Amino acid sequence: MAATADAVLAELRERVSAAHRTRQALRLKGSGTKDFYGESLAGEVLELRAHQGIVDYEPSELVITARCGTPLSQIEAALAAHGQFLAFEPPAFGADPSLGGVIAAGLSGPRRVYAGAARDFVLGARLLTANGELLRFGGQVMKNVAGFDVSRLLCGSLGILGVITEVSLKVLPRPRAEQTVRLELTAAAAVESFNRWSALGLPISGGAWWQGSAWVRLSGAPPAVRSAREGIGGEAIDAASAQAWWDALRHCQLPLFDSRLIWRLSLPGAAPPLSLPGEPLIDWGGALRWYADPAADADVRAVASAAGGTALCWRGAAPAGRFHPLPPVLARLHRRLKERFDPHGIFNPGRLLAGL
Amino acid sequence: MAEADIAAALRTFLPEDCVLSREEERRPYECDGLTVFRQLPGVVVLPRTEQQLQQVLLTCSRLKVPVVARGAGTGLSGGSTPHAQGVLLSCARLNRILEIDAHERIARLEPGVPNLRVSEAAAVHGLYYAPDPSSQVACSIGGNVAENSGGVHCLKYGLTVHNVLGVRGYTMEGEPLELGGRAPDGPGLDLLALAIGSEGLLMIVTEVTVRLIPRGPGLDLLALAIGSEGLLMIVTEVTVRLIPRPPCAQLVMASFADVHSAGTAVAAVIAGGIIPAALEMMDRKATAAVEPFAHAGYDLSAAAILLIEADGTPEEVADQVREIEQVLRSAGASTLRVSGSEAERLRWWSGRKNAFPAAGRLSPDYYCMDGTIPRRHVGEVLQAIERMEARYALHCMNVFHAGDGNLHPVILFDANDHDSWERAERFGAEILELCVQLGGTITGEHGVGVEKLNSMCVQFSPAERAAFAAVKEAFDPAGLLNPGKLIPTLARCAEYGRMRVHHGALPHADLPRF
Repeated sequence: MAATADAVLAELRERVSAAHRTRQALRLKGSGTKDFYGESLAGEVLELRAHQGIVDYEPSELVITARCGTPLSQIEAALAAHGQFLAFEPPAFGADPSLGGVIAAGLSGPRRVYAGAARDFVLGARLLTANGELLRFGGQVMKNVAGFDVSRLLCGSLGILGVITEVSLKVLPRPRAEQTVRLELTAAAAVESFNRWSALGLPISGGAWWQGSAWVRLSGAPPAVRSAREGIGGEAIDAASAQAWWDALRHCQLPLFDSRLIWRLSLPGAAPPLSLPGEPLIDWGGALRWYADPAADADVRAVASAAGGTALCWRGAAPAGRFHPLPPVLARLHRRLKERFDPHGIFNPGRLLAGL
Repeated sequence: MAEADIAAALRTFLPEDCVLSREEERRPYECDGLTVFRQLPGVVVLPRTEQQLQQVLLTCSRLKVPVVARGAGTGLSGGSTPHAQGVLLSCARLNRILEIDAHERIARLEPGVPNLRVSEAAAVHGLYYAPDPSSQVACSIGGNVAENSGGVHCLKYGLTVHNVLGVRGYTMEGEPLELGGRAPDGPGLDLLALAIGSEGLLMIVTEVTVRLIPRGPGLDLLALAIGSEGLLMIVTEVTVRLIPRPPCAQLVMASFADVHSAGTAVAAVIAGGIIPAALEMMDRKATAAVEPFAHAGYDLSAAAILLIEADGTPEEVADQVREIEQVLRSAGASTLRVSGSEAERLRWWSGRKNAFPAAGRLSPDYYCMDGTIPRRHVGEVLQAIERMEARYALHCMNVFHAGDGNLHPVILFDANDHDSWERAERFGAEILELCVQLGGTITGEHGVGVEKLNSMCVQFSPAERAAFAAVKEAFDPAGLLNPGKLIPTLARCAEYGRMRVHHGALPHADLPRF
């Protein structure tokens, strides 16, 4: 197995070095489940799925290391066998995503604001650079401040700096107890409540609102979950239905996601209701709000900016690109980093930022 | 450019008391918390406003004068060691708490705000800022961001990087920069992750936004801080996350007859699905050093003790303490005590928190290391350190953030005896090399600074170091911000390689290979 992985990696290095020499653009591909995500797809496909397998998993260290092509389902099954999980709840769209794609996209599920984002769990990564070199950043330990934190920089980079060939992630034990409750609340009252409960230290691990119902997930030690549940009130949801709801939210499978045009707004957690037409789907206790098919004249980006956040066009055509535009100083830093890591611009050109 | 000319250029827009150029005024800035490295700065500036700070950067950038940022000067790796011909930029006067939003649980801070003051100010709202470095009474939020500081509670609550939501500041060229913010996961690359822990090489931070968390009435404020070592930017504002303070906390203290079983017990606690608020280990040399003056009540017959804290609601704490006791008993703890009162809990902590001052009582000087290893190798490393003590003829006591695998061996030496310092330095470097060999790292939370430049050559390949240099160039093309820190030059690594071979064909020849 190790020899096979080495052979696969050697072939990847060869392909990348050749592309660098001939200035051939490469489109990095794991499972292809997130082809819709990013500005544009360009280049010859570089399949990464074959570079797979869990390299190291020691439950008492709370760390798992796996190759980029490893299916997410395989990682989650290995962790589940030891009562552990990926606390950032990466979303999966359709088929089984690869670990490399999960980290390159850097997307996180409903636990994002309570347990941390994908980047918060990245401990280390190996990067195949444009000139075919294999670099290692970070490591397999919780605390590590040697050098710049390049492994976290790679999380969400959409492959524009190089091929993430291996990742080490911090994992956590599954909470001892979990209980979901549903309350009938307005969107504004739900967001206010999520924030108030968090400030009281209640063990919340999910706060969402959809069509008049607030969904609250409590996770932790049984007594803490029990007393929080009594304090919050509402209707207790059985485990299977709760799981179905949080899974549908995490993997973007609610009916709203069948819409033609979908905006994803990231906001300060306590932002008041926005002046956009239609009712949002709210996640992250208020910090994430989805809007489907807003009126043609609604300036979603301006509304998001005014509220202190940003707007991402998740599906459908946006006027000026999918991602919220970067301020000029930041765009320049992106260009300079890209030039230094990938001077000929072979990796996923234009996927994170037009022209990059 | 002559220092007098730099000072004159700065005085054209700064008040007289913001520019220090006389030698006796500059002297206090010659070192940070790592006092063995000293360098008198060319000029010291202490801006009062963000605008003044930006002017300093524009001026220095134009005159090609190096700038080194400094917070409270408590850093332990020489990250803010001054530049002889450069400007030492003190952020001490930028020390206002700009905003605390109790509902959103965030605070906006200027970089000079002391870490502990954030939690004090948030206390009326039942919130606190989680990262708690031992120096939290003095260390500044800006310094915490530069170093990605940790503390004793990071296993559960994370490092600075997990608790800072955004920073605002300036590049060396004086351009305003805002990374991250109150809204999570913005577009583009995660440059915030890069800036945190960049040791002042990338930008100057003027504002930090942090997360606050709820806290209960019983918890003391233990030390908290982020780690770019001032290499990337100067931070002028940091937004941090505040968290509710847990309503209750209890400490379990366990003794072990040998360090190996203490190490095994740590792994067993984590494997048992328990994430304690803190999990600390001290070896016998450390307990013997602190007990005479901290009177913490440690078991001096134990080879190592563990301090394990549970926090949360009273019911949660009772449950977790029961589980911890069970695991420790089956892991072979010889004695087991649970704090019966808040006073007792704080007394047990006081010993751990005073470990470094205690070292200062035993020896004229001490050198604190900061390597991190996978937890399962704890026993081995402590035994290897014991063998090194004999070889270098120096004593070393060990305190250890065991939950994170973060070791703090404290090497006792005498700085007046040059040979003693040289042996201490080599002893420390050898411990760090061992950490790298075991799959760990040369610095868990103190940063590289100037101190661990040689060890960077061991942990990273030339191509990896070139990648760090590329990041630095992207932010600071002229290389004026905190130059000479964090990233060793090729020549330095070549020289260090020759020296290591000279001292012995193979490092750690006495160790089994993995």
